[in-house]
Amino acid sequence: MFEFFDVLAKQAFMQNAVIVGLLASLACGVIGSYVVVRKIVFISGGIAHTVLGGMGIAYYYGWSPLHGAVVSALAAAVVIGFVSIRYHQYEDTIIGALWSIGMAVGVLFIYKTPGYNVDLMTYLFGNILMVGRDSIPLLIVLDAVILLLVWVFYRRFLAVCFDEEYSELQGIPVVRTYLLLLCLIALTVVILIQVVGIILVIALLTLPAATARHYARSLGQMMILASLLGVLFTSAGLFVSYGPNLPAGATIVVISGAVYLSATMLKGVATRLKNREKLD
Amino acid sequence: MSDKPAIVEIEHLDFAYDGSPVLEDITLLIPGGDFLGVVGPNGSGKSTLLKIILGLLHPNRGSIRVFGRPPERARHLMGYVPQHAELDQNFPITVMDVILLGRLSKIPLLGRFGKKDRMIAEEAMDKVTILDLGNRQFGTLSGGQKQRVLIARALVGKPKLLLLDEPTASIDGRVEEDIYELLKKINEHVTIILVSHDLGFISSYVRHVACVNRRLVCNPTQDITGDVIEACYGGPVQMLKHTCEI
Repeated sequence: MFEFFDVLAKQAFMQNAVIVGLLASLACGVIGSYVVVRKIVFISGGIAHTVLGGMGIAYYYGWSPLHGAVVSALAAAVVIGFVSIRYHQYEDTIIGALWSIGMAVGVLFIYKTPGYNVDLMTYLFGNILMVGRDSIPLLIVLDAVILLLVWVFYRRFLAVCFDEEYSELQGIPVVRTYLLLLCLIALTVVILIQVVGIILVIALLTLPAATARHYARSLGQMMILASLLGVLFTSAGLFVSYGPNLPAGATIVVISGAVYLSATMLKGVATRLKNREKLD
Repeated sequence: MSDKPAIVEIEHLDFAYDGSPVLEDITLLIPGGDFLGVVGPNGSGKSTLLKIILGLLHPNRGSIRVFGRPPERARHLMGYVPQHAELDQNFPITVMDVILLGRLSKIPLLGRFGKKDRMIAEEAMDKVTILDLGNRQFGTLSGGQKQRVLIARALVGKPKLLLLDEPTASIDGRVEEDIYELLKKINEHVTIILVSHDLGFISSYVRHVACVNRRLVCNPTQDITGDVIEACYGGPVQMLKHTCEI
């Protein structure tokens, strides 16, 4: 069982995996908190799935799929953000359309790319053990950009998420702030795809933050706690999956989901007990 | 009405939402120092009127000026207290953080809140008697406490005009009285416009009442009689306990 630590000490691929896990945890803890409190899980899902289109096109033309992912994620964030503001009534349907078109375009391009198509599965379900060392610098830059912008705009994001109308009265450019937040979600999605793949991005974006929410009084606390939970989930997932040779991404998500559901049930019981105490 | 110059001037204002008229031909002058109660049945357009004064909605016809300028350019002089039920009750945010959001327009784009902002926030919390609640999560407070937090958030912007939308909705009678006493004190320095569907309580605190039901049924310069109120609500209403000082 502890063979894992042996491999971690000696093998570069496992060290890479742990580094990518840490980078992903920071991003998903901080940005996931916004996704959960602003209730934009569906919008984030739309951004994530549209990315396959960009990755597929990049793959077909022989560019770096990671670069394709960054460009298409940002484009998807701006388009989907614009749709959700301008056509609010049809938001659901239009995002659903972009979501599926993006995926379909990706599948078409990957299918038409000559050679052996193992990469489709990697994009969809991720493979944290296969992340090359050459990808890590870009992921570090993405993480740094996300954290820096959140540090600068923390209050403004908080204001827009909590009370949009009041933010407008305070002279905050609400639309631009919201679009910037969606772009940060897009960058986070790119990092998370490396760990769990497109299909499971939403899990890492929401589960650590949603678990942290049960115990946090402020958004800042929620972000710190969610990042720590992210580290715990990704490390535990890597550790558990290594011995029995399970897919790491799916293992990470199952662990995250189990902890989230348990925490939610415990919270429900605790609230009920508290209310009963009050009645007595 | 007092001789003080009007700080809100509304003339022949029409507003329609998706083609259906919400407000028609509203003309209203609100003098500085006033405590105006805007009353009317549900869906009468009174909250819309508030949002037009704030510059969040724009009239289709007619003119509105606040402190002699377009509403958007007078926002730094206005404080707004929305209905707290419209806010997410589970949002992880402390009382102090909610109140500090009222100072956002006072700090530069890349600036942070400093000691001065916190001091001003604490002053406002003291004024609305919630100084001990600073670290509590907003959603766990009672309705009356939340209302006080939102009033404090409006006060830290140092407004000259305070607008409140149904401040006593879902609050019980005694707490309601406390809130009105608090507003009366604030009114010594700040002009107040308060929207309410409930005529009963408000009349003993406000200086003037405007009844809105799409049109301005009774202007604050008129005497309020049973007839006027019935015209506003479209049926008999329990008559006021106090007569309004007009």
